Amino acid sequence: MEFSYLSTIIFLPAVGAIIIAFVPNLTQRLIRYLAALFTLVPLALSIFLFLVFDRSMGLAGAVQFEEKLAWIGAINANYHLGVDGLSLPLVILMALLGFLVVLISWKIDLRLREYFAWLLLLETSILGVFCALDLLLFFLFWEIEIIPMFFLISIWGSGRKEYSAMKYVVYTLLGSAMMLAGILSLYFTTGSLSMVDIAQAGIGSYTAVIPLAAIFFLLFTGFAVKLPVFPLHNWLPDAHTDAPTAVSVVLAGALLKMGGYGMIRLCVTIFPDIARTYAPLLVALAVVSVLYGAAVTLRQKDIKRMIAYSSISHMGYVLLGIFALSQVSLVGASLQMFSHGFITGLLFAMAGLVIHNTGERDLAKFGGLVRQMPVIAVVFSVAGLAALGLPTTSGFAAEFLVFVGSFSSTAVAGIQVYTILAVLGIVITVGYILWMLQRVFYGPALEKFNGTRDADTLEKVTIFTFVAVIMLVGIYPAILTDIIKTGIVPVMSLLGG
Amino acid sequence: MIPSALIWLIFLLPLISFAVISLFLRPLLNHKPKLSGYVTVASLLGSFALSVWVLIAVMAAPGHKLPVPDITWVVIEGGITIQLGLIVDSLTAVMLIIVTLVSLMVQVYSQGYMHGDPGYHRYFAFMSLFTASMLGLVMASNLILLYVFWELVGLCSYLLIGFWFHKPAAADAAKKAFIVTRLGDFGFLIAILLFFFNTGTFDIAELHELALTGVLSGTVLTWGAIGIFSGAVGKSAQFPLHTWLPDAMEGPTPVSALIHAATMVAAGVFLVARMFPLFEHSTQALTTVAVVGGFTAIFAASMGLVMTDIKRVLAYSTISQLGYMMLGLGVGGVAIGIFHLFNHAFFKALLFLGAGSVNHATGTFDMKLMGGLRKVMPWTYATFVIASLSIAGIWPLAGFWSKDEIVLAAFERQPILFYLAIITVFMTAFYMFRAVFLTFGGEYRGGGPEAHGKPHESPLVMLRPMVVLAVLAVVSGFWNVTGHFGQFLGHGETHGFVEGFFGVLTHGMPWLSLILAGLGILLAYAIYGAKWLSAEKIGRLFSPIYTLFYRKYWLDELYEDIFVRKSLVGGFFAGLEYFDSRGVDGAVNGVAEVTIASGRAIRRTQTGQLQLYGLFIIIGVLAIILSLYFFG
Repeated sequence: MEFSYLSTIIFLPAVGAIIIAFVPNLTQRLIRYLAALFTLVPLALSIFLFLVFDRSMGLAGAVQFEEKLAWIGAINANYHLGVDGLSLPLVILMALLGFLVVLISWKIDLRLREYFAWLLLLETSILGVFCALDLLLFFLFWEIEIIPMFFLISIWGSGRKEYSAMKYVVYTLLGSAMMLAGILSLYFTTGSLSMVDIAQAGIGSYTAVIPLAAIFFLLFTGFAVKLPVFPLHNWLPDAHTDAPTAVSVVLAGALLKMGGYGMIRLCVTIFPDIARTYAPLLVALAVVSVLYGAAVTLRQKDIKRMIAYSSISHMGYVLLGIFALSQVSLVGASLQMFSHGFITGLLFAMAGLVIHNTGERDLAKFGGLVRQMPVIAVVFSVAGLAALGLPTTSGFAAEFLVFVGSFSSTAVAGIQVYTILAVLGIVITVGYILWMLQRVFYGPALEKFNGTRDADTLEKVTIFTFVAVIMLVGIYPAILTDIIKTGIVPVMSLLGG
Repeated sequence: MIPSALIWLIFLLPLISFAVISLFLRPLLNHKPKLSGYVTVASLLGSFALSVWVLIAVMAAPGHKLPVPDITWVVIEGGITIQLGLIVDSLTAVMLIIVTLVSLMVQVYSQGYMHGDPGYHRYFAFMSLFTASMLGLVMASNLILLYVFWELVGLCSYLLIGFWFHKPAAADAAKKAFIVTRLGDFGFLIAILLFFFNTGTFDIAELHELALTGVLSGTVLTWGAIGIFSGAVGKSAQFPLHTWLPDAMEGPTPVSALIHAATMVAAGVFLVARMFPLFEHSTQALTTVAVVGGFTAIFAASMGLVMTDIKRVLAYSTISQLGYMMLGLGVGGVAIGIFHLFNHAFFKALLFLGAGSVNHATGTFDMKLMGGLRKVMPWTYATFVIASLSIAGIWPLAGFWSKDEIVLAAFERQPILFYLAIITVFMTAFYMFRAVFLTFGGEYRGGGPEAHGKPHESPLVMLRPMVVLAVLAVVSGFWNVTGHFGQFLGHGETHGFVEGFFGVLTHGMPWLSLILAGLGILLAYAIYGAKWLSAEKIGRLFSPIYTLFYRKYWLDELYEDIFVRKSLVGGFFAGLEYFDSRGVDGAVNGVAEVTIASGRAIRRTQTGQLQLYGLFIIIGVLAIILSLYFFG
């Protein structure tokens, strides 16, 4: 039997979490190194998978590195893992972020043991979501994530952390409940829990227990909470504002992508006809998310809250790309998920550094910090420019593909108008990003910030890694699109396009 | 022929210079700032030499085109294919010469002007990156690549306007420039999407072909062309998106010379020229270009009349001259518009370097604090006057030849715009010589607060490039005296040099503009030179108009205060935010509160008394019986 790459990648962090939580007498130093080790190995393995992944178009749609074991025979549930062009980039995203957030958390010393245990468990659950091909397994991984998130926000957070943590849990559980109802209806309709089998057989060949559109929207709502889609977004600013930096990075970087991934993997792949029917509505919702999110972002006064709101706007492009239902727009949406993971992850990391080093988070109270923290200023600016879609950053490549794909899509009537409105979002984005950079870094240097620390070596390594990925994907997007497109081809053939 | 690897190198050399400075020199050799200046100049020398080679090769090539193989960048089967490719034709060759030559001169000059600035490394790093992006822009063979470089030059402009970021005015101006040009780019991006949707290609040559054969036509062509033009309006600071350019003068003066006068702001004109076959096949689009250009020319000149900051005068002059170029494209075609771009690059860069030299001596840009500098700064004075004569369109300097062609073409095609253009000739001569007399004439009025000692001539490192540009400001126009420039960029007849040089004076139109320009200079002399007329009295006489010009038609207030601050951010967006926190979030918290409250209310019934529970059961049973009785 072959080596189980995916199981190893998924469960190594969990093993690390167990060791850190239960082995007695670990020094703080050792805990940090263990956490780094148990995230570095999955990262190395996922990069290995990236290198050996078969990109040939002949194999398009094939699931690679598959693992399948019988699990619960009575309901036909299997322990079934695998990655294709759609999920592999997200696995790499999470594995890389997983390692980087351990470095970002290096200076935490409050209840260190629990902190890293929860953080590693979180990584396992997100990786599991992206690899699971069995609906029950998928749901299980999806739910596990809530527990570490609750503790991470409510213990290591700031501000109204208990409120935000509780809001996050209630909101997510609401979405999950809908999703579970959707998965159950899907199971009772098809008698199968295998995503691959259901998609291949075609949902139309079964007698549905409830209208298919209802199943579609049950699942969609679950994912829409996570993405988030207007008007289900309000947990996000609170969770981000009050979460510790590393958790914000994972939340914005990888957790939100579970929503977009789920929409493509389940909503579009399993219900192509329904997706097509309701695409105009969902595309309109995407445009509202983009513009509404951007407009509200412009009014924020807290640096983390501002970045949080910008996520709503940027994830709107993902929704637009998905339900424009064209080859290019779907590739663009997938690339945007990866790109946003690094860009917004970096923005949160930088905001965290600024807040940590200055003890300030109100935008009105900053100014002139480029003098005191030149490295942070440069990297923050790069992240900001990437967020506003400057060419040579991944933000441009992804958003451009979404725009081109949506504008030229034939699946949705009148989508050109929606796309034009969505493009308008990038003008507002320029406004809030440049305003934020100016508020924080430019203008006369302020005396109260004299002696403020710039990034240290470890921090530099971390943030430069983010920058490198953003620039690499921006300058040579084919490094990812060549993989992503093999995952989108089967979706398109199901859509009949 | 020139190997295509060397053509790529034209753009790669400054890019390498940027990488060397920012990754190697600045972190490791920070105490030796001069090195970064040398690296930049050396890379530009290389690029300039290669550009000359390209020009020669293109002139010799059949159809004035060099084939360069594409490099595949991104392919999505059944979707899009994006290539990295270069167009090397006559337009590219001319633009390469302009960009490398002016950039080279400006970088040499900067070594003196920026001497001792703590951001010396950063300055040359950005300047290198800018030059690389600008060179990429003029060579790009498809709209995506062009857009990429288009945004990158915008980024460099942002970084260099805000170079002295500790000054709030500089940071504000940088942000404004980025946002206003982005507004224009919005249209540009939509045009790219529109063309791709309708033709399936991003390739510029293919789009030309489709427009020529009529496949691309009608409303798609018109709206696409207007979208492209909106990008050009932003970049080239045409009305109504011109407001960012005067503020951009907060950047270092050599930056203004290179980016905000000679090259980047001309990119909009270049873009229209690059896509010209599309404009040519849409009368509406071409008329739009001509009207916006013609109007901007006189509109900006009117504000240039009253500014007291020398760089602002030059900034409005640039906007006005860019308007001329657009008008030239709209009424005359590529060769006429680009010929003015070519000449303007040299004399306007020179004017800015002159303003920088004056600033170096007096510590101010306010002309009210200057005066009398002709005696102490003879070289600056001489070159500045040459450039002023050139821009005023005095025979036989460069500006004369290209402006004459534009005016003539307007006369033939768009009579109303012709009158605007010819009045602008008078205004141009007036505001330029107003600046000359205020700055160099009369007696020295003390300079700015930062002036140290008496004013003095600038060092040779600054003067040499100015002299080179002064020579160009005289002779660059000679290229088309024979009609060869026009033939190179399009078509047209050529004739002998002497015939063209003097023959032009046998027509009426050149005399009309020469007389108007002469009158403009005379009026400036009368008011600011000889002081026959009092500037104050005239100002009072035309007080409302003066205020209108001086306050820039209140457009800044209209855009920033009324439109952005009060209506959008303070009005509509604030409303959305209120809705978000009270409406959406309020609903969520409301649901939570209702749940908790109803839980609290219902809890009261859970008293633990069996009698009460029994009562509930009886009520329930009664309800079932009654409902069965009535509905069953």
